[in-house]
Amino acid sequence: MYNLAKNYFKILVLMSAAQGLLISAAYAETEGHYGLGRIATQEEIAGWDIDVRPDGLGLPAGSGSVADGEGLYEGKCASCHGSFGEGEGRWPILAGGFGTLSEGRPEKTVGSYWPYASTLYDYINRAMPFTAPQSLTPNETYAITAYVLYLNEIVDEDFVLSKGNFSTVVMPNAEGFFEDDRPDVRNPTCMKNCKDPSSIKVTSTIAGVTPTEHMEENAPIE
Amino acid sequence: MKKLSENTTDLLQEIKTEAAELPHNKRRDFMLNGLKLTAGTALATAVGKVVAGQENLPPNVPSWQRSLGRGVVSVPYGQPSKHEANLIRRTVEWLTADKIASISMSPLHKMKGIITPSGLHFERYHGGVPDIDPDDHRLMINGMVERPLLLTMDELMSFPSESHIHFLECPANGGMEWRGAQMEALQFTHGMLSGSEWTGIKLSTILQEAGIKPGAKWVLAEGADAAGMTRSIPLEKALDDTLVVFAQNGEMLRPEQGYPVRLFTPGWEGNTSVKWLRRLEVGDMPWEHREETSKYTDLLADGRARKHSFVQEVNSVITSPCPENPIKRKGLLQLEGLAWSGHGKVKRVDVSLDGGVNWQTAKLKGLVLSKSLTRFAMEINWQGEPLLLQSRAVDETGYVQPTLSQLREVRGTNSIYHKNSIHTWQVLTGGAVNNVQLG
Repeated sequence: MYNLAKNYFKILVLMSAAQGLLISAAYAETEGHYGLGRIATQEEIAGWDIDVRPDGLGLPAGSGSVADGEGLYEGKCASCHGSFGEGEGRWPILAGGFGTLSEGRPEKTVGSYWPYASTLYDYINRAMPFTAPQSLTPNETYAITAYVLYLNEIVDEDFVLSKGNFSTVVMPNAEGFFEDDRPDVRNPTCMKNCKDPSSIKVTSTIAGVTPTEHMEENAPIE
Repeated sequence: MKKLSENTTDLLQEIKTEAAELPHNKRRDFMLNGLKLTAGTALATAVGKVVAGQENLPPNVPSWQRSLGRGVVSVPYGQPSKHEANLIRRTVEWLTADKIASISMSPLHKMKGIITPSGLHFERYHGGVPDIDPDDHRLMINGMVERPLLLTMDELMSFPSESHIHFLECPANGGMEWRGAQMEALQFTHGMLSGSEWTGIKLSTILQEAGIKPGAKWVLAEGADAAGMTRSIPLEKALDDTLVVFAQNGEMLRPEQGYPVRLFTPGWEGNTSVKWLRRLEVGDMPWEHREETSKYTDLLADGRARKHSFVQEVNSVITSPCPENPIKRKGLLQLEGLAWSGHGKVKRVDVSLDGGVNWQTAKLKGLVLSKSLTRFAMEINWQGEPLLLQSRAVDETGYVQPTLSQLREVRGTNSIYHKNSIHTWQVLTGGAVNNVQLG
């Protein structure tokens, strides 16, 4: 047993020495490649690659009108988002809010805030209706997208949205975004007498909005 | 074979005898308990009357020592003590329309060290937690790659893996308090924050396997949840320290954390660490999807919004005292807290007892790791005076945690995300602690 193992080891050493060059060549060729997984087929990719970009990449063939969208929206969307996109309860408001972004209580809707119409198509297609995601056909998605744009007065009531005219839709807040430029604040590391103690004004918490039933009572100190 | 020593033989005989008695366990326990109870009673009598409610305190022998405990695998997957039932994730119901698209917070006030138990890691779902069978799960890599790939979990986990300790934080952590303090507990002011050891494969390894085509600049990560969560990740980050993670704290990911596989972008806003990862697409521009335009963008006072604000800048908070951990006695007190930075290591934490007039440098405790929770501590001698406690962290880039006033001055109060300002706890003379803001 012991001898067999020892001889086997010897054979391996000999083989490695003899084929050293060949082995290194093969290693170099496949370095960083593990040969794991397999090539995904076009059909598999088509089923999963559902994303849509602002330049229209990913949009499927199809079209849908504002008129078709109205019925679909009433049936599949209005119970949460409201018939006019005003939002029920705490569900998202979809329409209106124009000119509010710099106000105290901004209303960030598709019309007032979203920079790209492609985002709307992509999101409806992948995640809506909330209880039945990825259940809409391309034509239904085009129609609901068109209707939400109409609710925001971005397209007219006779508009038909399609892959062909998608890039003509310009969102009102398209220029409202800028790339991350932080750090935007510089706090000096002062250690002593950093401010006038009499300037400190303490603002307390609004009581009653936090669940606090789990918090233990503070033990009074003698 | 070597001869067993006499001691070993004796031990084996003892085990054999014990095994033989196993069917009679009940009788044996009864006898043992009887003996112990007799002993306990004798002891109680010896020292006098047992005060109600103090039966387990010295000089009495506690009840749990007078009977046998549970055996091995009575709980095959261990659970916390029933006395720690208060140590749980919590949510604020009014924050969201539905629990399926909502958030819960970690109980930071009770947590120790820099690792959050997996079951206490904060949760954030946009379409609920999917129940994924790992055998039926696939990771697809497509787009601008030489070889579009489809990987099973077994194949994915055969790539070389590594483990790193990092924090994960929702960029909306603290976001309810831009306009004013309103969360009367640390769990709600800072609990969208957790720390774990994450094990996975470098995303660069997987992208190299597929072969990135020239001109590629971004990677889209897509989840297999009902929200089909997507985020665009710059290729630079994808090839830097981004991981495709399958394990957390030594075991497979919890369903809440993306089982069986998630993306992990160290130091970046939690939403970019897409859970239940099913697809990675390589492209030449960002996708500008809902969670990177409508949400997770920072609206400023002038109506413009900052986008692609990925990094979680340095932040810190005192975890004791805090509203849930009031001061209970005068004298020496261990003040403790957490600091973290998405840019690297925490270099220093200063603590103020007087609302930021004077500062002292605290001690960093235990491991100080890049993009990880870091513990700080300071001993203070409290004699019942009111305090305004603050902590101010500095990271290895030299960036100093700002005050809330400084943040509001440049961002306004509508930003929701990335509020990393110095936090203030007000300690009252009786030791109670309130969440306050300083004007």
